[in-house]
Amino acid sequence: MTFILSEDQEMLRDTAVSFTRDELPVKHLRELRDAGKNGVDPEARQKLAELGFFGVLIPEEYDGVEMSMVAFGQVMEAQGRTLASTPLLQTACIGASAILLGGTEAQKKEWLPKIAAGEVTTALALDETSHHNPAGVATEAERDGQGYTLNGAKKYVQDGHHADVFIVVARTFGEAGDTHGLTLFLVPRDAKGLTVQSLNTVDSHGAAHLTLDGVHVDDSHVLGAADKGMDVLEPVLDRGRIALAAEMLGSSLAAFEMTHEYMQTRKQFGQLIGSFQALQHRAARMFTDLELTTSCIAAALAAVDSQRNDLAELASLAKARASETVHLVSNETVQLHGGIGMTDDHDSGFYMKRARVQEAMLGSASFHRDRYARLNGY
Amino acid sequence: MPFDAPSDPDAFREEVRAWLEKNCPDSMRTPMPEDEVVWGGRREKFKNPDSKVWLERMAEQGWTAPTWPKAYGGGGLTREQAKILEQEMARIHARTPLFSFGLWMFGPALIEFGNEEQKKRFLPDIVHGKTRWCQGYSEPGAGSDLAGLQTKCEDKGDHYLINGQKVWTSYANEADWIFCLVRTDNTVKHEGISFILFDMESDGVETRPIKLISGSSPFCETFFSDVKVPKDQLVGEVNGGWKIAKRLLQFERSSISASGFGSARGTGILELDEYAKMHVGTDGDGKLLDGDLRGRIADHQMYAKAFSLTVQRSQEQAKAGQEVGHTASIIKYAAAKMNQDKFELMVEALGTEALGWEGEGFDKGAKMTTRGWLRSKGNSIEGGTSEINLNVVSKRVLGLRDHQ
Ligand SMILES: Cc1cc2nc3c(=O)[nH]c(=O)nc-3n(C[C@H](O)[C@H](O)[C@H](O)COP(=O)(O)OP(=O)(O)OC[C@H]3O[C@@H](n4cnc5c(N)ncnc54)[C@H](O)[C@@H]3O)c2cc1C
Repeated sequence: MTFILSEDQEMLRDTAVSFTRDELPVKHLRELRDAGKNGVDPEARQKLAELGFFGVLIPEEYDGVEMSMVAFGQVMEAQGRTLASTPLLQTACIGASAILLGGTEAQKKEWLPKIAAGEVTTALALDETSHHNPAGVATEAERDGQGYTLNGAKKYVQDGHHADVFIVVARTFGEAGDTHGLTLFLVPRDAKGLTVQSLNTVDSHGAAHLTLDGVHVDDSHVLGAADKGMDVLEPVLDRGRIALAAEMLGSSLAAFEMTHEYMQTRKQFGQLIGSFQALQHRAARMFTDLELTTSCIAAALAAVDSQRNDLAELASLAKARASETVHLVSNETVQLHGGIGMTDDHDSGFYMKRARVQEAMLGSASFHRDRYARLNGY
Repeated sequence: MPFDAPSDPDAFREEVRAWLEKNCPDSMRTPMPEDEVVWGGRREKFKNPDSKVWLERMAEQGWTAPTWPKAYGGGGLTREQAKILEQEMARIHARTPLFSFGLWMFGPALIEFGNEEQKKRFLPDIVHGKTRWCQGYSEPGAGSDLAGLQTKCEDKGDHYLINGQKVWTSYANEADWIFCLVRTDNTVKHEGISFILFDMESDGVETRPIKLISGSSPFCETFFSDVKVPKDQLVGEVNGGWKIAKRLLQFERSSISASGFGSARGTGILELDEYAKMHVGTDGDGKLLDGDLRGRIADHQMYAKAFSLTVQRSQEQAKAGQEVGHTASIIKYAAAKMNQDKFELMVEALGTEALGWEGEGFDKGAKMTTRGWLRSKGNSIEGGTSEINLNVVSKRVLGLRDHQ
């Protein structure tokens, strides 16, 4: 396991950090919100593409820049720092990985260059209840001649409100709760029978509910082997979880830094509030937690690149620890800022709201604790 | 004779493996009962004779102090080689041959601050487990505020004269020598402290054991009245002891944390989840019956994993030349919390089985767990309290200032 970044990875991190700081600060998210844009910014997406961020995980033969998961994690961490609303997680990580790991050569040729160029965005349509549960899929895909007909509904699809193509997980066999019998489908946004209901979400990033009412797709839209969707889905989900955990670490670090600075400037009783020991200890505890979480994220990112066989365990570790840390830090951020932390004018609320979404996506802390225990046989 | 370690890691690993295979007695490849732990020193009794053989063989290689220079009896290994040795020992569940404050704290500090003559005189005996050291830091009035210590040390021309009292001196009654902080100047605080060494059999040294809540008596009140100490046993400069004291505390904090507070003592200790399964039972799917306990155990196990990854990360960063000086306090704080949480969960998993103290009617292992639980409460006190470590993090790492 290596915890030290290479030169290339460091360069990418620096680029990503300065880009999000200059172009996508929290202020930008606030502006999108106030303008009713629901977290969508096509111009920013184009700039992200120009910097190569959509192609970090895509091989050069499909026009990507072919770097590593460790590298991608740096981009996600940078985006987390400023709460930037971008399609990177859903498209550059989850979408690109699903096509890379499950796609045919034809599918790769068709989709990956477009993803790398920022021309299309994807969104994973998996969960059907308010809790993450990959095996719980009930949406049906029924065989119909040269393809399938899909019927069902998907809840809270992240980036679903603006995605060009959905990766829909449906059941071709068995019943909800079975881990086998799932199949992945590429479903274009304009498919007949697909309804996309845009959602205004607490974090101002937006999302969508989907309804699939007799949506027809032909065989060329099947991603990976029929009935064996879990084989592709699990590793793709783990990448997504790890990337999201990296984003959460970025958010936690930024919220902490903001709070740390406030502690050194705000005065009460003639003293800097940072000189009160009760608060110093809370800061030191947060810092310890951040250090531990940083190690988990680094280990999980590296585990993808070196294809370690404890990857699933490390993914759950990263996501669960990141969840706890981001809640701890974002809650303390509001508290330590006092009244100003409760105002919409201040950024701290944005971190706390986004933390809720980050935690619920791709498995909450309790989902991953349970998975971690199961993976360890108890 | 210690062999010259080959620089190729694979070749080194093979040699280590072969050597261990040949030299580690079978009975030293089993979990270590508390009463077979070897602390060395003049009074060591070696309950299991194999542990004497094992210590001698390892010490001969310098492998009780693998990274110390060979000139002082150490193994002269690089960090990577020491890591390999550690891994190979773990692979065969070899016991740690020697537990020693000399190895963990005093030795490393002496290597940095002692003069050549002192290193040659004291270090090899530590490696071989011949001298058992104790730490004379705390006093009744100076615990967290260590620099407030009062034990007086006067220059009497050809020797020093020491008067005062120490407290919480772990194993003072069994130690041969003490490394001790004393006051050589009353007019200043930190700059008036010196670091001195002396034999516990010197005239005027008295120890009285103190009983812990766990029932054992590992530490003592220690009294010094007119103890004469030869002048060449002062380490560093007169009044220059604070620097050494602080550095030694760093070694103490990292060694306590790295050892997981001695929970690594016996190898082959059950993982917490196994332990809980054994005592609580499982459902048809092999999941722990008590869902809430299961969740909390998972949470703890994840914390423990995050902890060990962090130790690993800081080692890699140190190797890559990055600044990691601050991590000793973070790691000490986290390790204490982790070990205490673990014992709480173990005791909880035991249920009423954990309520025994001594005598019949309770399992021996359960009674050890209960005492271990009580002992673990000291983890956030010994070697600097959690509060003090948080102070260090907030002041030195986060730069938060005191009241002006
Ligand atoms: C198992 C064990 C083994 C030990 N072995 C040794 C040994 O071998 N040699 C040796 O010299 N010492 C030893 N000690 C002593 C140990 O280092 C001290 O107990 C420790 O430094 C705390 O000092 P104290 O007990 O005087 O507590 P105090 O300093 O009186 O602290 C009491 C409480 O106040 C808190 N407190 C104090 N100052 C502050 C502050 N500035 N900010 C916030 N909180 C504060 C503390 O955290 C603690 O909670 C051992 C202790 C234990 C428990």
